[in-house]
Amino acid sequence: MERTFIEEDWMSKPDALVYDNHPETLIDRPLHYCPGCHHGVAHKEIMHVVEELGIQSEVIGVAPVGCSVFAYHYMNVDMQEAAHGRACAVATGIKRVRPDKTVFTYQGDGDLAAIGTAETLHAVNRGENILIIFINNAIYGMTGGQMAPTTLEGMQTSTTPYGRNIKDIGYPLKMTDLVAHLPGAYYVTRQSVHTPNAVRKFKKALKKAFEYLKDERGTCFVEIVSNCPSGWKMTPVESVSYIEEKMLPEFPVGDLKTPEK
Amino acid sequence: MARKATVLIDKELCKGCELCVIACPLEGLVLSDDLNLKGYRIVRLDTDKCTGCVNCALVCPDSAISVFREPKAAKPEAT
Repeated sequence: MERTFIEEDWMSKPDALVYDNHPETLIDRPLHYCPGCHHGVAHKEIMHVVEELGIQSEVIGVAPVGCSVFAYHYMNVDMQEAAHGRACAVATGIKRVRPDKTVFTYQGDGDLAAIGTAETLHAVNRGENILIIFINNAIYGMTGGQMAPTTLEGMQTSTTPYGRNIKDIGYPLKMTDLVAHLPGAYYVTRQSVHTPNAVRKFKKALKKAFEYLKDERGTCFVEIVSNCPSGWKMTPVESVSYIEEKMLPEFPVGDLKTPEK
Repeated sequence: MARKATVLIDKELCKGCELCVIACPLEGLVLSDDLNLKGYRIVRLDTDKCTGCVNCALVCPDSAISVFREPKAAKPEAT
């Protein structure tokens, strides 16, 4: 069998490893996600940022319901599972009891934008000092690809087989734009992870968000435009071009609100 | 030719999604015919010219790729 890896002398040097696939903060365990799912990229980069900032012992994460319900299986930080949609409410409680900790939630669009809209908007409106990471793949992935509030116009899902009809169902809900108008929001950004450069920008934005949390002046909100190859009925490579052609015009990446200097 | 950089792909974590294949600027990663224990076709490195740009590792959703690059020799101090 052909080897994918050839040992070289220099590889044992301490600074030869330029990208560690499993930092201390990420548990070495195969992910349960479908091949090509961007949840894995998001998990990995969040944990890389936590490692780089050296805050592993002071971070508490709140896991949602959805595909990422097992987030606590992979993230080697203190985690708490919340009821469906209530991650922001649980994070509020944790932050108020332990103000010295850095609290983040990790939620999908079915969790944050459908059942948890009220909790999310009110948590941001109160200006809770938490970081909300919102992974938006425009579909309910876990339950079999049903229409989500963020589903694009004309997008086929198992509950909208002829495409989302704006007249009947309404427009895709842009949670990040909604949240950016609230005075309690401190840093609001939308990023994607479909290309290497997008991942680098996402990592930078996430690092900023974790640092802004220390100011204790409001909620940080990071949206990730993601894919769902199984739900979209595409190969992972096709899903990447779908993000570029369809998702990004609807959900343009960039900072929506940055702290005033 | 000695390699300047290389990637280590964890066979059992790879799910053959090919996101790294489209991310590699040298087109040096290919989907092989080998299967892992889960039955996924795995990706292997098929070039000697890997620069260690980390692109493949950044987009890998299953954290299967780690990247090694030859450390540069320390510059002699300017006198």
